[in-house]
Amino acid sequence: MKKWHELVPGAVILEGGSAVRFKTGSWRAFKPLWIKENCIQCLFCWMYCPDMSVTVQDGKMTGFDYDYCKGCGICALECPGKKGNKAIIMEEEGK
Amino acid sequence: MQKVVAVTGNEAVANALRQANPDVCAAYPITPATDMMQRFASFVSNGEVDTELILVESEHSSMSACIGASAAGGRVITATSSQGLALMWEMLHIASGDNLPIIMPVVNRALSAPLNIHGDHSDAMGARDTGWIQLWSEDAQEAYDNTIQAFRIGEHLALRLPVMINLDGFIISHSIERMEYLEDKAVEDFIGEFKVVNALLDLDKPKSYGPLILPDLYIEYKRLQHEIMSRVKGVVLDVAEDFEKLSGRKYGLFESYRLEDAEVGLVIMSSAAGTAKDVVDSLRVKGIKAGLLKPRLFRPFPYGEMAASLQNLKAVAVMDRADSFGGYGPVFMEVSSALYGSSKRPALINKIYGLGGRDFLPAHAEETFLELVDIAKGGGIKTIKEYIGVRQ
Repeated sequence: MKKWHELVPGAVILEGGSAVRFKTGSWRAFKPLWIKENCIQCLFCWMYCPDMSVTVQDGKMTGFDYDYCKGCGICALECPGKKGNKAIIMEEEGK
Repeated sequence: MQKVVAVTGNEAVANALRQANPDVCAAYPITPATDMMQRFASFVSNGEVDTELILVESEHSSMSACIGASAAGGRVITATSSQGLALMWEMLHIASGDNLPIIMPVVNRALSAPLNIHGDHSDAMGARDTGWIQLWSEDAQEAYDNTIQAFRIGEHLALRLPVMINLDGFIISHSIERMEYLEDKAVEDFIGEFKVVNALLDLDKPKSYGPLILPDLYIEYKRLQHEIMSRVKGVVLDVAEDFEKLSGRKYGLFESYRLEDAEVGLVIMSSAAGTAKDVVDSLRVKGIKAGLLKPRLFRPFPYGEMAASLQNLKAVAVMDRADSFGGYGPVFMEVSSALYGSSKRPALINKIYGLGGRDFLPAHAEETFLELVDIAKGGGIKTIKEYIGVRQ
């Protein structure tokens, strides 16, 4: 750990993108689960996720980045699903 | 060449701010603000400064906007008074914690309740632990001079700290005094160009301000903040030395007035110090060895220097224009802390005076000096903390 005289005055972070080193997945109490057959690829989850934890490849939702997902559940709330069946559900961690 | 003028303290300070030509000023435009920002807004409207003026909905917002603008990389000012400073509280800590050299004159006035708008130090004294440098002024001239020096102090590369320039409400802010303005060019050269440090608006080198710092590092950052504050005294003295060359006016960490051979003394700040100096002179004529110490730099507090100047007196009264209910006045607490480490020290009493704009009269200073003379003769301290001029 750094000593006090090695720190940057004002606690300024002098580089961009350093939050990638701060993994927040362990904060999670509930985990989002993707049910592929109910997914209509609307990408609402990707738009609403505050932690950029919905992974997308070639314009398609592919799952979650659990290193950073805090389990807030916004994706599951916003998910329209298919014919009344959600494509994202929340499950308690450790279950 | 200096120009002799007759102006109010607010006009003088607004003029110093104009001469500093800040990049951004974010201010709340109505009461409790004084006409200082109104005058500065006229300079903006008339094109006399290059400042972006942001009129905000509260002082909390004005300081927030100042913090953003300062972190972005600009020279930033605002001004406030009493309740306005109180509303800024949360953001004052952020300005200092982020090391942002925001310059803010504060017209010192009382806090509610009961509602009162007059001269009193309660606002800025309450903000003494917010991590801001505090300079205090006796008159319009010193308020103007302190404002100009504040830019050099706060923006110094070893500090980058916000500075509060204090002037008494109404007594200095609204009264017209004779004073001297420096020439615009001289002030511009003295203050120098703003040096940008860690600017947020540097897109090639992205940065973050105000990160989450948990128990494993927070105390280290606070220790660093204390270290930076401990450098302030030296910078204040260096800047004062340069300022004396420019203006002929001498400033230090505090002013000693007839203190060298004094036996009894007052420690008194701001405009009331002027009144008390007159009383010192008249007591000297009567053969009483009276003296006075007027603090100028209150944060950081010059403990050692002040102890050295006061330790040989027999009795000293520390005068506070603010109170700590259930405690001693804020200046008294500092002066007694300063003197505790001295092997020799005067008897010390605390007087609370002038709250809510009550006049501080020569008779009040004289009465206090006579009490000190009695204590110096061995009469003993009757009450450590007492209120001056209270009807009873």
